[in-house]
Amino acid sequence: MSVLVYINSNNGLYKSAFEAVTYGKKLGGDVTVITSGAADTKVLAGLGKYGAGKVLVDRSLQGDDDQQLTRIIANAVVSSGATTIIFSHDLTAKAVAPRLSVRLKAGLVSGAIEVPNGDGTIKVNVFSGKAFSSVKVNSASKIISLLPNSIQPEVSGSDCEVEEFNGNSGESKVKVLSTKKPEGEIPLPEAELVVSAGRGLKGPENWGMVEDLAKALGAATACSRPVADIGWRPHHEHVGQTGVAIRPNLYIAAGISGAIQHLAGVNGSKVMVVINTDAEAPFFKAADYGILGDAFEVLPRLTEAVKKFKSSGN
Amino acid sequence: MKILVCISKSPDTTSKIAFTDNNSKFDENGVQYIVNPYDEWYALVRALEIKESSGGNVTIITVGNANDEAVIRKALAIGADEAVRVDTDPTDAYYTAMQIAEYAKSNGFDLILAGKETINYNGSQVAGMIAEAMDLPFISLASKLDINGSTLTLEREIAGGLQVVDVNLPAVVSCAKGMAEQRIPNMRGIMAARTKPLNVIAPVAIENLTEFVAYTMPATKSACKMIDPNNMDELVELLHNEAKVI
Repeated sequence: MSVLVYINSNNGLYKSAFEAVTYGKKLGGDVTVITSGAADTKVLAGLGKYGAGKVLVDRSLQGDDDQQLTRIIANAVVSSGATTIIFSHDLTAKAVAPRLSVRLKAGLVSGAIEVPNGDGTIKVNVFSGKAFSSVKVNSASKIISLLPNSIQPEVSGSDCEVEEFNGNSGESKVKVLSTKKPEGEIPLPEAELVVSAGRGLKGPENWGMVEDLAKALGAATACSRPVADIGWRPHHEHVGQTGVAIRPNLYIAAGISGAIQHLAGVNGSKVMVVINTDAEAPFFKAADYGILGDAFEVLPRLTEAVKKFKSSGN
Repeated sequence: MKILVCISKSPDTTSKIAFTDNNSKFDENGVQYIVNPYDEWYALVRALEIKESSGGNVTIITVGNANDEAVIRKALAIGADEAVRVDTDPTDAYYTAMQIAEYAKSNGFDLILAGKETINYNGSQVAGMIAEAMDLPFISLASKLDINGSTLTLEREIAGGLQVVDVNLPAVVSCAKGMAEQRIPNMRGIMAARTKPLNVIAPVAIENLTEFVAYTMPATKSACKMIDPNNMDELVELLHNEAKVI
């Protein structure tokens, strides 16, 4: 079996790239990576450590036009003989994987959270994280779009060769007028630790204590919907049903009641800590650890405790 | 301007999720269906705003059986002009997308809109598949859409950032938060919806590329462990040694 993994390398490599290659390796067989743009050859060669046998890079395409990327990946499928194509389930995958599915007549499994079971079915998140489903693919080829933070990247080899590839991307029908580059180091869906706060913080001027805790932990910051709607925090930080869905190892929520729409975006978190003054807040039912107390007192105290823990060599 | 809005039904957000037939089917018992919120709040409402400012016609299309007509009437009550129902159960995204593409190809739409995903399958697949089947550009997860003549200007999310793009019609767009605000149908809309055209068309033969064969529920969480707000050292210790996340 041959596996092709698409990697978005436009802003360097994120952890999700290593996860996707590791996932491809776990399927068995040869793993080829396809990417486009100006990424450093040495950086791309590093994907070999996670199991890639070869990286194909189309230098002629700099952007992320969905039709052009679809053509490049389809040509890489032909060139590599791949029957399984892996994406990380990010914004590029949501634009490109459905197109590729139609072009190749390959069943698309979106939001995979595990490697396929013994019977070949693939477990995915459904009902906004409230249930799982096993998906069977009937077509000869398949496309799997892997949710970030579902598997751990594993180093299994050494640098691999990087080959220039002409994917015949063709014309673009989309004209990019401006691109605001990602802010911060880690995209929120990829963060392993997330500190989030809601209306309980009473105003944007109080976010310093959220950021302090996030900094002490090395975590990303997030917020609830009302906070993004009022404009206290930028929209890309909004986690929940209408915002971003995340599945970090640790989610700390301060001053968020835990409405069902918020839970839909965070219920994939491995461990949840909830800080709230209201003992009846529904979030406590979903939490692993609860602190009944005032975020204004608890957050700085927790930050100090984390700093003490880190400085003791952890 | 002819706009096609793809509508899916989904269980009400607060519905209890359960499965039947040996966990192979979603248990519809007692479930209230709604128009998938992203299709309704963002795609449909933005289509209506465009119609109101520059004229045109808004058609909604859904792939589903006769039970879906309540959901279709709701979308008509909000303001769509007419509806099309492809009379078959939507078995997977590919099957659904090919049914819609088949209809759209022969009906000359300028713009095809859908929500960013459904809240039941969260696949984000159908709109992109329609675009490929029709060889049209696809702008995914757009949070803003303006029309100037035959050019669309859109904002779309990229990881942590924002991109502004121009694209010529016809095009397919999936709509995310920011696109429009939810509208509540008024009595006049509800009355008018009863007599608006609802065309039922036969499906075309399309294979299923995927099947949802079994469902499982997440393991029930053990009870929340309450920590003394004055003892954050204990929490850090538990996160390190018990939960092993830091």
